[in-house]
Amino acid sequence: MSCNSGTCQSSCYKDEYSVTDQPPATANYERSNDASLRGGDSNGQNLCIKCKVNETMAATHSAAAAAGGDIGRFCADCFRNNLFGKFRFAVTSNAMITPSDKVLVAFSGGSSSRVALQFVHEMQQKAQKNFDASRDRSLPVFGVGVAYINESIIFPAASNDLNQAVNDMELIVSSLAPPEKQFFVVPTQNIYSPDCAVGKNQLTELVAAVSDATGKEDLLEHLRMLSLQKIASENGYTKIVLGTCTSRIASHVLEATVKGQGFSLAADIQYVDARWETPVVLPLRDCLSEELNTLCSLDSLKTIEVLQQPRSGINGLISSFVQLLQKDNPSRESTILRTAGKLTPFHFNRIPEDGHDNGHSASQRRQRKYNLKPNESLPPKSFCFICNSPLKKSSNTSLDGFENGGTSAGLYTAACSSCQYQILPKDPSSLEYFYSLLPKSMADLENDSRNNHNISVLLDLAQKMQWPAAGSRIKGD
Amino acid sequence: MATAAADADTTAAKPKSVRSCTICKSRRAALKRPKTLEQICKECFYSVFEDEIHRVIVDNHLFKRGERVAIGASGGKDSTVLAYVMSELNRRHDYGLDLFLLSVDEGITGYRDDSLETVKRNEIQYGVPLKVVSYKELYGWTMDEIVKLIGLKNNCTFCGVFRRQALDRGAALLKVDKVVTGHNADDIAETVLLNILRGDIARLSRCTSITTGEDGPIPRCKPFKYTYEKEIVIYPCSMNTLTHSSRMHTSNDWITSLLSVSFNFNIRCSSTSLYFCIYSPNAYRGFAREFIKDLERIRPRAILDIIKSGEDFRISTSTKMPEQGNCERCGYISSQKWCKACVLLEGLNRGLPKLGIGRSRGLDNDRNKDTKQTNGEKNIQSKQCGTLDF
Repeated sequence: MSCNSGTCQSSCYKDEYSVTDQPPATANYERSNDASLRGGDSNGQNLCIKCKVNETMAATHSAAAAAGGDIGRFCADCFRNNLFGKFRFAVTSNAMITPSDKVLVAFSGGSSSRVALQFVHEMQQKAQKNFDASRDRSLPVFGVGVAYINESIIFPAASNDLNQAVNDMELIVSSLAPPEKQFFVVPTQNIYSPDCAVGKNQLTELVAAVSDATGKEDLLEHLRMLSLQKIASENGYTKIVLGTCTSRIASHVLEATVKGQGFSLAADIQYVDARWETPVVLPLRDCLSEELNTLCSLDSLKTIEVLQQPRSGINGLISSFVQLLQKDNPSRESTILRTAGKLTPFHFNRIPEDGHDNGHSASQRRQRKYNLKPNESLPPKSFCFICNSPLKKSSNTSLDGFENGGTSAGLYTAACSSCQYQILPKDPSSLEYFYSLLPKSMADLENDSRNNHNISVLLDLAQKMQWPAAGSRIKGD
Repeated sequence: MATAAADADTTAAKPKSVRSCTICKSRRAALKRPKTLEQICKECFYSVFEDEIHRVIVDNHLFKRGERVAIGASGGKDSTVLAYVMSELNRRHDYGLDLFLLSVDEGITGYRDDSLETVKRNEIQYGVPLKVVSYKELYGWTMDEIVKLIGLKNNCTFCGVFRRQALDRGAALLKVDKVVTGHNADDIAETVLLNILRGDIARLSRCTSITTGEDGPIPRCKPFKYTYEKEIVIYPCSMNTLTHSSRMHTSNDWITSLLSVSFNFNIRCSSTSLYFCIYSPNAYRGFAREFIKDLERIRPRAILDIIKSGEDFRISTSTKMPEQGNCERCGYISSQKWCKACVLLEGLNRGLPKLGIGRSRGLDNDRNKDTKQTNGEKNIQSKQCGTLDF
């Protein structure tokens, strides 16, 4: 049913996987029989569906047995390989990490980002090994940094809890060396200025100005991204790795749908999101959170859950709905991702071709093997200045009926309808004030080099009261 | 559920003084509009509700002057209100439409015969001619008979497939140019979600269009696309008080019948036995429905946003859509050699009711190839009926 559209090869990857993994009757079946004979007491049903030699995790690990789906049918080794395989496939087929890169792993302490960190580390180790072994040492080893965004100013945590958590994370990161990984702990207010006190005030006021619970959460998510971008650009990182997994994306698909962001949805759920100064990559896009949790408990990867915030408002409703659906049908999250994966991605949903490692034809050749769907060549005209989602041309006709409000009308049209509703203040008079609270440090950050979606430009224009048509903000790149 | 005004007081704790309507600013606010949570008076609700539908009809060019339009009437709240609003707007704004009521009788004792009574009353009360097409006369089977044969599993497949075709056939008999159905905003939002959960990109791309089947013989449209279910439910109630002032032309009978529908709906929602089909517990849809209601409670505009998302999804037109042809047996539009109704019917008549139900991917694909080949070679050498391998 899911495969009849003809364009879904890439997204059916998982299906093919499981299909080939089924014992296709004859030869394999005999082999497994042999194995069970040799193995003595174990019968065919308890054997890993992949290697048919070892016992399944359902039999050996209680954690895996509790998890649903296919997890319990692999042995621990095959499960690990399978998961890492998905990660590696995502990385290589989308040119996420090249030897000359310096990648920044966003680490929240949760299991998804923990696994992302682990896998990036393993990949780096392998690269290091190859580097040490090769004679000409032509391919350098990519660098890895780790960043934790400290949001304690918004979600106050007990200070010893926070210190403990940060210490634990530091320990995790340092135990992954060599090669050495730099660990950043950066508070959210740093997006304003180096002077913490000013930023603190502005940030708390900004967050307090958003009345909608869901809007607040979404704004924070965006600020987190700005923080990561800032760390990356200040420290010379060329990619940002997020641990976003299938389950999270499935929730995001519904969240975006419910918030009326159907147009921009396709931008958020691809392997690569290069609309930022530093491209963001999602190598765990095909991994379920259940699998990642299982891996963490299997390999005793330490996670720090103290600081995790439960999702609220619309987002909370959706994540519990998705959990319910997933319980009902273990492939539901993959189906949701697959549906949304069929939407047309944007031109920025791949690593920009030029300006990156021109010299490494060998690695490039490998990455060309799997090509993305042909992306649309026309870049969208503008981006929402809050959530940075591409705007549809006609979506500027606001539902809220701001026809003629001078600057404020212009400001409204520069945001997507979702941000207009749930983040921007309803009262046009307080809009200017809201703007003054937005992080201005972005001005230095992504100034002239890339002239799109630039908050500083936007603010300047707003102050000069000469609001241009929303379309003229980007000049193409 | 319908007591929106009562349960929606989550926002705006204004002083206790008498609130005036936010639209006309003069009369006393009587209800909180479910869609926007505005405090408005009954008169304004009434006109806003109708004007919105009028705008939808005009902006989307749903009808042309002189067209014959059938209103799909089930006797439920949506179609009853639709029938009333359509005839009202048709007169007020002089659309110049010839309206008809079109009902499908599935032959479900205790469910449909009851609601058909409502429709028949509507016919008399408002003088819109009614046509009833029954499964019995179209297919030779009533749903009761089908259920007796195949049991309670999968019976909705038959009913759904048959109803879709029955409506079209009824419309053809009435020689109408268009069919309007009472699908409301909640229904459409729910369908968008279900198509995402199901992975059905083809349906996802077309489920939000206000007019469907424009390439077919009789297009269908949904004037209630942006109308909230909650408002449809309270609409007849608010009308009741207006009879004496501005609505002199509206016969009292009509309002009584609308009210009874609304009233019944309220009761039925709690007891469920009457409003929902007796053969269909419909768990999966109910799941999504409940979710939509939860969303609406937190944020009423979520329903409109879901529809907007559905309209805005970037679905490339090159995504392969199933080809549409005609059924070789009955001539109805079909992507396969035979339309689904004919396949199901064949199964029933041959005593193999499982025919055409469930997934049979391999076989289906084979059949697909067959059709393509015959289409390509213009060689209509269909297999004998007896040897058809479904």
